[in-house]
Amino acid sequence: MTETLADPPEVVGIRNVLRARWKALPFWYRVGISIGLELLIAILLFLLDHSLGYAFATVAALYWVHRLPRLPWRLAGQLVIITIFLVFGVTSLAAALAIAFAVFWIPERYRTWALPLVAVALAVLYPFYQPKMFTIPVFGVWPDIATGVVMLVFIMMAVGLNIVVGYAGLLDLGYVAFYAMGAYTAAWFSSLQFANKNFHFGAVGITPDLPGIHVTIWLLLPLAGVVTALAGIIIGLPTLRLRGDYLAIVTLGFGEILPQIARNGDNFFGTGFNLTNGPNGITPLDSLGFGNRISDATGGFLPANYLQCCNAKVLGHQIQSTDVFFWTAIVLLLFTVFCSLRLQYSRLGRAWIAIREDETAAAAMGVPLMRTKTWAYATGAFFGGVAGAYYASFKSATFPGDFFFNISVFILCMVILGGMGNIWGVIVGAGFLAYLDREGLANTGAWVNANIHVGHWHPNLDVPLYASGIYGLIILVVMLFRPEGLIPSKRVAAEMHEGVHDEPLYDVAHGAEGA
Amino acid sequence: MAADASAPTLTNRLQRPSVVGAIGILVVLAGVALLLKNLTVAPSRFFEVTLIGLTTGCVYALVALGYTLVYGILELINFAHGDVFMLGGMFTITYSTHFFGLHQGQGFAIVPIVFATLILSMLSCGLINATIEFIAYRPLRGAPRLAPLITAIGVSFIIQDVGLAWKGPNYVSAPDVFPHTKVFSFHGVDYGWNKLIVVAITIPVLLGLLYLVQQTRQGKAMRATAQDKDAAAIMGINVNRTISFTFMIAGSLAGAAGLCYSLYVTTVRFDQGFQLGLIAFTAAVLGGIGNLPGAVLGAVLIGLIQTWNEGLPWHMPGSDWTQSIVFSILILILVFRPEGLLGERTPEGG
Repeated sequence: MTETLADPPEVVGIRNVLRARWKALPFWYRVGISIGLELLIAILLFLLDHSLGYAFATVAALYWVHRLPRLPWRLAGQLVIITIFLVFGVTSLAAALAIAFAVFWIPERYRTWALPLVAVALAVLYPFYQPKMFTIPVFGVWPDIATGVVMLVFIMMAVGLNIVVGYAGLLDLGYVAFYAMGAYTAAWFSSLQFANKNFHFGAVGITPDLPGIHVTIWLLLPLAGVVTALAGIIIGLPTLRLRGDYLAIVTLGFGEILPQIARNGDNFFGTGFNLTNGPNGITPLDSLGFGNRISDATGGFLPANYLQCCNAKVLGHQIQSTDVFFWTAIVLLLFTVFCSLRLQYSRLGRAWIAIREDETAAAAMGVPLMRTKTWAYATGAFFGGVAGAYYASFKSATFPGDFFFNISVFILCMVILGGMGNIWGVIVGAGFLAYLDREGLANTGAWVNANIHVGHWHPNLDVPLYASGIYGLIILVVMLFRPEGLIPSKRVAAEMHEGVHDEPLYDVAHGAEGA
Repeated sequence: MAADASAPTLTNRLQRPSVVGAIGILVVLAGVALLLKNLTVAPSRFFEVTLIGLTTGCVYALVALGYTLVYGILELINFAHGDVFMLGGMFTITYSTHFFGLHQGQGFAIVPIVFATLILSMLSCGLINATIEFIAYRPLRGAPRLAPLITAIGVSFIIQDVGLAWKGPNYVSAPDVFPHTKVFSFHGVDYGWNKLIVVAITIPVLLGLLYLVQQTRQGKAMRATAQDKDAAAIMGINVNRTISFTFMIAGSLAGAAGLCYSLYVTTVRFDQGFQLGLIAFTAAVLGGIGNLPGAVLGAVLIGLIQTWNEGLPWHMPGSDWTQSIVFSILILILVFRPEGLLGERTPEGG
C-alpha cells in the first residue's frame, strides 16, 4: 500500500485494528513476543506429547531461519539446525532438512525443473530409505510402499479429474465410473471371467492352457484408457450440452448406475449372462510382468513377473514386488503429469480455460463448445481408466463395492484441497488425502485416543469410520476460506475471488448444438 | 420473466428433431405397456402396489419440495437436504421415544404424541437447515456457481457423520405405532391405516406450504427473491432473511418427511438420507425444478415407478435396479426435457 499525504485510511474491524497496533510495535518487541509465544506453545505441546513439542519448535526455528538475511546468517542457521539433529541422532530428519535447504538454495530460474527432478528422485528412492525414516508426530511412521502405490494411483486419478474440473470447469461427480470402467476392463481381459473363451497374449505367470482371456497388462492399460475415454464420450455427448450443476447431477447419476450394473451384472435380468460376477467381483487378476524374453534381454532390469520379484539386493535393500509396483506407478504418473502439463497450454487446454471462465464468450470467439468439452471429458476419463486398470491389477481384484459415490467425492476433494487447475497442488492434495485414507486417519486417531484426555475421560474414536465426514469438512473449510486450494494457480485464484461471468445467455447452447 | 421465456420455448420445441421426441414417446409407451400387462396379469396386486407407491410418493414429495424451494430461490442443488431428512427421522425417534415415551400399543394416545413430535422435528430440521445455509452457503453467495454446489456435497457428508456419531452405524428402529389394520379391503386390495396416516400427515403440510407461498406476505417475498434478488432488495425485501426462511421451510418439510418415513418404515440409518435425497431430487427435476406442484407430481410418479418396479410380478427389473431406473429417468429428463413436466424452460437446459 502506498503512503499518501492525505489522512491515513481509517482502520476498521477488530482484526485490522489489532494488525495495525502490532505493526506499530518496534521490531525487536515483535520478535521477542513471537518467540516467547512460540516457546509457550511448544512447551504446552511438549506436555501433551513430547515429539509434538519438538516438532513445533523445529518448525518455528525453520521459520525464523528462513526469515534471516540470506548469506551467511541463513546458511549458518540451517547448518546449526542440521547439526542439532545429527547430534541427537535423528539422521533421517537431518538429511531431509539438508535436501530441503539445498533445494531452497537453488537459484530461482533453475527451480522450475530442479524441484520436480528432486521430487521424482526422492519418490523413486523412497523404498530404499522408507524403513530408516523418522517418525512424524501425530501421523506416525512414514507410509509403507503399498500405501505409496495407492497414493500414486489416486494422484493419477486426481490429475485426470483435474483436467475435467480444474481445466475445463465441468463438475464431474461420477468420476468413479471411469475408475470402475478401467478396473473392469483390466479384469475382463486378464482373469478367468470369460472361461469359455481361451485367448492368451503375452500374459505372465499362468500356464498356456488356462481358460479365460489373458492379455498382457502393457496392452491393457492403454486399452482400458481408450475404452474408458470412449465411455466418457458416449456419456458426454448427450449430457455435456447441459451446464454447471445439471451436468454434475447427470455425472452423479452415471456414477451411481455403473456400480449398480457391476453389482447386478452377474445375471442380467435373468438371462444368465455373467459380465461382472456380481458382488463377488472378479478375482484374481493376472500378475504384471514383462515376460522372460524382455526380462532376459534387459539383463533382468525389467522383471519377468512382478509377483515373483525379485532376488536382487540393491543398496542393502531387498527389492520386493511392491517396490516394482511402486516404480511402475511412478512411471505411469509421470506420463499422466507430462500429458497434463503439455495439454494445459496447448490450443485445447487454452480452449478449456476459456470455457471455464466464460462459456458464452468462448463460444463467441469460435471455441467449439461440444467438441472441446467432450475432449476434456475423454482425456480425464482416459487417465481414470488407466489408473483404475493399474489399481485393479495391483490389488488383483475388482469389486463393485469399490466404486461408491464416496470415492468420486474423495477424488474431487483431492482436486479441491490441492487447488483446482494447478497440477502440483493436485498432486500434493491427492497424495496427502490418499495417505490419510490408507494410514493417516488410523494413525492420527490412535494418537488422539492415546494423548488427548480431559481428566480421566479418554476419547475412544474410530476415526477412519468418520473418513467421509472428514473429507466433507475439508471440502467445506477449503471452499469457505481458501476456495482456490492450498497451492492454487493464479488464474483460478483470481476467478474465485473476483467471480466470473457465470450468467449464461439464453440460447447459446442451442447455437452450438446446431453448429 | 415467465412470459419472455415461454415464447422462444414454443419455437424451440417445434424446431427440435422429432427423432428424439419419438424415442422418448416410445420409451414411455413401452413402460405403459409393461404396466398394462402387469395390470392384466395381477390386477389386485397392481392396485395394492399402486397404493403403496402413492404413500411413498407422499414422503418423496415432502423431500422434493425442499429441493425445489431451495433451487427456486438460490439455483443451488442442496445435496445436504437428503441428510437433513435423515436427521429428521432420527429426531423423530429421539423425541417420540425418549421425550414422550412412545411405544407400541398406546391406542389413540399416539395422536398427540405424533403431533408434538412432528412439530418438534420440523422445528429442529428447519433450524438445522437454516444454520447450514448461514454457515456454508451464505459466504459463497458471490462465488462461481459450482462453489456452493461443491460445499453442499461436503456438508452432506458432514451431516451423515453427525448421524453416524449420534446413532451409530446400524439401523435405528422406531416403534411401529401406526396401526396396520385395514381401512378398506376391496376385491383383495388392502389399504392399511399406516399408509392413510402418512397421507393424512402429508397433505395438510403440503396445503400449508401452498398457502404460505401463495397467500402470505412472506411467500410473496420468497417468490420475489426467487425471481430477482437485486430487484427484491430494492423493493425493501430482506433477501438474506427470506433465503434463511426458505431454508427453514425446506428443512421443516424434510423434518415432516423424516417423521413419516421413520414411523412408516420404522428404521433409519445414517446413510439413507443421501440416497433418498437423490431420488427426491430426481422427482423435483421430473416435475420441473423450482415448481411446487411439479415437485409433488414428480414425487408421486417416482414413488409409483419405484414401487411398481419393486412390487409388480411380470418382468419387472426388481429392486436391484431401482437406483438405476431412477437415475436413468433423471438423466433422460435432464437431456431431453430439462424443464421437467410442469416447469418452464431454463437456460440450463440448452
